[in-house]
Amino acid sequence: MSEVSPLLEVSSLSKRFGPVIALRSADLSVRPGEVHALMGANGAGKSTLVKVLTGVLRPDGGTIAVRGKIRVISSPPEARRAGLMPVYQDPALIPDLTVLQNLRLTVTRVEDVRHWLSELGMSGIDFGALARDLPAPSLRLLDLARALAAEPDVLLLDEITAALPADLTTRVFDVVGRRRKEGRSVIFISHRLAEVSVFCDRATVLRDGETVGVVEPARGAEAEIVDLMLGPVAADVARAEAHGAPISSGGAPGQPRLEVRGLRAGSILQDVSFTVRPGEVLGVAALEGQGQGELFDCLAGIRRPDTGQILVQGRPAGFRHPADAIRAGLVLVPADRMQALLRQRSVRENIALPLVSRIARWGPINARAERRRVNQAIERLRIDTRAQSQVRRLSGGNQQKVSIARWLAAGFQTLLCFDPTRGIDIGTKRQIYILLRELAAGGSAILLFTSELAEIPLACDRVIVLFGGRVVQELPAKIADESTLLRAAHGLAAEAAS
Amino acid sequence: MAPTLALPQTGRGIMNARLVRRHGWTIGVYALLLASLIFTVAIHPTYSAFDVKSLALGALPLAFAAAAQTVVVLSGGIDLTVGPMMAVANVLAARAMLHNNFRDALLIAALVLILGCAAGAFNGSLVVFSRVPDIVVTLAMSFVWGGVALLILEKPGGGAPLDFQNLAQETTLSPWIPNALILLIVVVAAVWVPLRGSRPGLALYAIGSDRTAAHASGVNVPLARVLAYTISGAFCAAGGLALTMTTGIGSPLSGSFYTLSGVATIVLGGVSLAGGRGGMLGPMAAAFILTLIPADLIFLGIDPNYGQVIQGIVIVLVVMVGGLAALRRKPA
Repeated sequence: MSEVSPLLEVSSLSKRFGPVIALRSADLSVRPGEVHALMGANGAGKSTLVKVLTGVLRPDGGTIAVRGKIRVISSPPEARRAGLMPVYQDPALIPDLTVLQNLRLTVTRVEDVRHWLSELGMSGIDFGALARDLPAPSLRLLDLARALAAEPDVLLLDEITAALPADLTTRVFDVVGRRRKEGRSVIFISHRLAEVSVFCDRATVLRDGETVGVVEPARGAEAEIVDLMLGPVAADVARAEAHGAPISSGGAPGQPRLEVRGLRAGSILQDVSFTVRPGEVLGVAALEGQGQGELFDCLAGIRRPDTGQILVQGRPAGFRHPADAIRAGLVLVPADRMQALLRQRSVRENIALPLVSRIARWGPINARAERRRVNQAIERLRIDTRAQSQVRRLSGGNQQKVSIARWLAAGFQTLLCFDPTRGIDIGTKRQIYILLRELAAGGSAILLFTSELAEIPLACDRVIVLFGGRVVQELPAKIADESTLLRAAHGLAAEAAS
Repeated sequence: MAPTLALPQTGRGIMNARLVRRHGWTIGVYALLLASLIFTVAIHPTYSAFDVKSLALGALPLAFAAAAQTVVVLSGGIDLTVGPMMAVANVLAARAMLHNNFRDALLIAALVLILGCAAGAFNGSLVVFSRVPDIVVTLAMSFVWGGVALLILEKPGGGAPLDFQNLAQETTLSPWIPNALILLIVVVAAVWVPLRGSRPGLALYAIGSDRTAAHASGVNVPLARVLAYTISGAFCAAGGLALTMTTGIGSPLSGSFYTLSGVATIVLGGVSLAGGRGGMLGPMAAAFILTLIPADLIFLGIDPNYGQVIQGIVIVLVVMVGGLAALRRKPA
């Protein structure tokens, strides 16, 4: 095999934030014309590496060479000149500017963006609309089209498929992959192993800020990648846990913990009814925007339903405020971690916050009682507390653990989880699902919406599928494989069910 | 295909509806201005061209203060130096222009504007390089500029040639169109119209709207912030010159009223204090509304000291009604 000179060569890059070392020594070598995956558990340093490569952060040490030439990349425009163009996890469009103004801000030709959008099958976007008014998938593809319009040598895609429906994901890879022929490359960051093994030529695996291996993720190499990501000890533990995960009996008979009858809210949520029993995990599967957001908001007391009933332990509940729902034992773990957490405060304070109303209704907080319950929650969830001074410094997975830990410490009866594993590595994902099973085994009722259909059989007892604001199918999770759920979620289940 | 992705939006009707929706607040503020004018004429049937002129003269400095504040607030900051900076420009101009002719006065005015830009750039650089929150830096600087004004002119005094004062005080075109109004429109438009559509102007909105995304979009965030304060400085200088024109003298304490009144004006004018949202048209109308209220109270024979109370109530009411309207729109 002849040695091709790399397009991008990163050696021993390092970056620390105060006491936290985000990158210890990251190496990455990308050949011309390849789709290169960047993988690693949460907090392994993937996002930091991308930000350093695209000029958002400056490295403390190490070198970046493009086409054999060492470049110092100190700002996003400089990264662009070096031929590196990112599409971040959060679309970098200014919410208060129109699409057109956003393009002018980045000096991007409108025709080029339109061209790439039509390649991506999204020519319907209104360029006069404010970016804040566009749905998230549109913003992502717009960001991607804008990056493609810059004709970069290396395109960096940070979790671009996380919020995209499956058909668009394929489309994205089609378009992006075509650039290989011109010798252009793509760095692709994803937690979805399946995607990586289908679309990527090689994968670099990071662990604790260090490059631990480069593999060719053809089918079958998945186990190898997982082992690399988790490290020698953790991998064994994770594997053991995966096999030993308690598969529950499917909920105790008797009175349902939560019952929803004919719930309707806004223009999307039309008519949803279901029950959840103590000890049961009920999955909710749906494509983007089928009413699941409204459903969870109603149950958590964030919005009021237009019609329909919510019964808790058989008693009708009218929540006017999230505090009412929490008092009734219904607590929410939202997809957007920052919606639940105080970013500037410590892990401890965040976990203790919902607890305050229990241990100190009046008068001072009992510090010892607080510390005890918080410590229990931290240990149970194995939260990495190295950066505990401020929650915003934690990695996404650890933040999500904190937002679950809050309710563990405070106590609850029904846990509402809205896509709790979005953008989280498989190691942490497994821990979260195992935890949900344990909580159910302990008598809690859990309602779980997840955008990753493959995980429903792992975590749930039963699953309901929403389409157009209605429940279109209900089935035992054991038989709910990805293709069945996907058909139902696209509204194709009606004839099969009847 | 997920149904929510494509929004088929074409046709003139939808475009117009969107224009109204996006500029709803501005339209509302102008309607309010019209309503208060009608109210004024109703309670004061002898309302004349003279009253229009005094309204424009009264609103002129406030409008410039609001323009200065608008630029900084749109960029996600706050500028508490607006009043003292206006006072510095006011006393500087009054002291330098005393016993000078009209031509020299214009030259001095140009110089004051340039100094205003420089002082604003200095404020902005302090905010950016010290990394201290803007509210703290500009609060501290407001004392500095207040002191500078007193150093230039200890007590009210100085003067300006009559021709210079008449730039604001006369009614050259028609008795119903005071020069002050024309001056305001020309100066604000000369700065704002070319800026708004340009890349630096978009950068101002961008850093106010989402600083991280702006940085990632290649905006030089520190530079854009300094630019915002620089333009603010220019508007402050214009406001100070307006004080010189309308009062004919310089007064070192003349500016103190304008810092917070400017903030109130832009809030009424539809500029979000969180940054990124709003424009220049709304605050201009708001400056006239807030000048009209105390005048109307005098017509009504109410103690003008109630003016402050009523101004406050108007601002709260308007912002509340606007917020309710936004809430009603949201679920649909």
